[in-house]
Amino acid sequence: MTPLLFEGVRPYGEGSPVDVLVRDGVIAQIGADVEREGAEVVRGGGGVLLPGFVDLHTHLREPGREDTETIATGSAAAALGGYTAVFAMANTDPVADNAVVVEHVWRRGREVGLVDVHPVGAVTVGLRGERLAELGTMANSQAGVRVFSDDGHCVHDPLLMRRALEYSTSLDVVIAQHAEEPRLTVGAQAHEGARAARLGLQGWPAAAEESIVARDCLLAEHAGARLHVCHVSTAGTVDVLRWAKERGTRVSAEVTPHHLLLTDERLETYDPVNKVNPPLRAETDVAALREALASGVVDCVATDHAPHAVQDKDCEWSAARPGMLGLQTALSVVVETMVRTGLLDWRGVARVLSERPAEIAGLPDQGRPIAVGEPANLVLVDPDATWTVRGRELASVAGNTPFEGLELPGVVTATVLRGRVTAERGRIRA
Amino acid sequence: MKHLLSTDGLDPATAVAILDTADNLKRTLLGREVRKLPTLRGRTVVTMFYENSTRTRVSFEIAGKWMSADVINVSASGSSVGKGESLRDTALTLAAAGADCVIVRHPASGAAHRLADWLAEAGTSVVNAGDGMHEHPTQALLDAATLRERLGTLEGRRIAIVGDVLHSRVARSNVHLLHALGADVVLVAPPTLLPAGVRTWPVSVSHELDAELPAVDAVMLLRVQAERMTSGSGGGGGNFFPSAREYSIAYGLNDNRLRLMPEHAVVLHPGPMLRGMEIASAVADSPRAAITDQVRNGVHVRMAVLYHLLAHEEETA
Repeated sequence: MTPLLFEGVRPYGEGSPVDVLVRDGVIAQIGADVEREGAEVVRGGGGVLLPGFVDLHTHLREPGREDTETIATGSAAAALGGYTAVFAMANTDPVADNAVVVEHVWRRGREVGLVDVHPVGAVTVGLRGERLAELGTMANSQAGVRVFSDDGHCVHDPLLMRRALEYSTSLDVVIAQHAEEPRLTVGAQAHEGARAARLGLQGWPAAAEESIVARDCLLAEHAGARLHVCHVSTAGTVDVLRWAKERGTRVSAEVTPHHLLLTDERLETYDPVNKVNPPLRAETDVAALREALASGVVDCVATDHAPHAVQDKDCEWSAARPGMLGLQTALSVVVETMVRTGLLDWRGVARVLSERPAEIAGLPDQGRPIAVGEPANLVLVDPDATWTVRGRELASVAGNTPFEGLELPGVVTATVLRGRVTAERGRIRA
Repeated sequence: MKHLLSTDGLDPATAVAILDTADNLKRTLLGREVRKLPTLRGRTVVTMFYENSTRTRVSFEIAGKWMSADVINVSASGSSVGKGESLRDTALTLAAAGADCVIVRHPASGAAHRLADWLAEAGTSVVNAGDGMHEHPTQALLDAATLRERLGTLEGRRIAIVGDVLHSRVARSNVHLLHALGADVVLVAPPTLLPAGVRTWPVSVSHELDAELPAVDAVMLLRVQAERMTSGSGGGGGNFFPSAREYSIAYGLNDNRLRLMPEHAVVLHPGPMLRGMEIASAVADSPRAAITDQVRNGVHVRMAVLYHLLAHEEETA
């Protein structure tokens, strides 16, 4: 493999620009006069060098809905967004509730080779919430599943959730919960509050999330298990998480970029591009989520990247499917909401987009320090450049981005997976 | 005015203009043997109803026909999705076929707004004839017309809206319009049938019907579908109140309660009524009830709406 030289980059956005040499997939030298002989040069222009991003929550839609996304197009979107590892949720068709499907996803990811694709296994058979899927078989398969989730559905039966948590302790895996008490969200369409009431959209109450998170924290604590909370969306959930962490519960949590930036004000047009589950919430929730991400109560950012076909979005609100694209816009939204506001520095960005998610999922070669001898999973960011989001220009098959037309800061200059450039200046390097 | 999608944001001057036009039309047609005006000759109006409705659809149809428009009724059963053509395609087809105005009723809140977006290029007007739990603006306008007729003005009048506010598009449209026209609105319902954030609405809220009645100028009753409300599996999870009997005891308008109201106060109901549930038969049939007036005024108000959407623009342009 040709050595790779980052010329004039600032690791974590700190200090004066240095050169970083990558050889054989490993960081070989960092400093002023590194070996240049025969190396491919990536001009850094003083940009910020970070560990490659890790996304605990994507929907790559393969197998089943290749008309909206494939592992190839999703991997391209991930590489362009600065990611070196992504987790593909289990709600495919067929469901990833067995070793055959998870190994297929894992193998397709390897064939594409733009990003490490880790399949998430279903907690229950068919995501039906009735009986446990074969967690052990999936964990011990070639895919080595480490994260299990029924995402899209809540494992709402408290006994089943307790069993899943207990069982998971022998496998050293984490159960990621989509926290939504289904009896409280029958027919729900929008964040429960004054706006949804006026718009005639049935409310999705904050308590439907908070009550499940509180319950699951207690169950995890009693089981001595690890719990991960998907897409935290309310200020109340932040309070519950803080309380649980103070008690020593082994709980981690993620927030999506869209919940950091958008509010239910978006619903006024009834355009379902803004429909997502959990729903866009109030300004007070957004403020609490940003604060929680800065303080570490919420551990990381995960996109919940959810491509949908045109006909599933260009329709009336209640008929539309929930979800939005996220892989190529996540960094920019984090820069806009967390860096420009002074809530996070670039060390903090590395923490929430790379280090913590890698730790939560137990990935040994991701989210590592930028240091000699470490694996070269890296992303170079131009922090000052801005770009305008155009759904059609994104790498995903679908184009359902809620950020259409927004000018956002932070551009990925290059993404490097084990020493190989996967994306550079907006283009995929096959 | 290009569309009539909601009373939320409808400016009071426009609302009053529609009501005045409706009054004029009513007077013009009064006692005429042939109740037909040539105003909308050559215009095509399509009603598109995705929910069962007799009174609203017929009212719009009569309104269009009395204005000499060509009225075509499209009835679609159930939701558009997964069962054939999408709402968007249906709308674009109707517009391409030459509809000047589409009147739509749909179970999804916001459906009329979406239609207006899709039809912006075609230039077709959209009238919301009821969208989910959102709005039913012509119902609010015909209620306002009826109240003006009975009470002279709405300015400073106190109107109680009683019943299932949570699921009611009629209540939402009335709250916005009555407030815009200067009325005081009080919502009377059990807490389970009031929407989240109702305290931010320009209304007062009460759970005691008897306490409100002596001060009202009108009571507007909402339909309460007990079978959906009391079972544990109904819409929104059900269990909104224990039983039809208990609801009727607390919130039903019966003879005794009618006596608590001032002499001049009126009773309105958007229909269809559940006699014995939210309204006693004797009340529904009493001279205090303006229920058939509402239906009569509905035609004139809808004529006025079509006039403002399809004829007025050209005259003022």
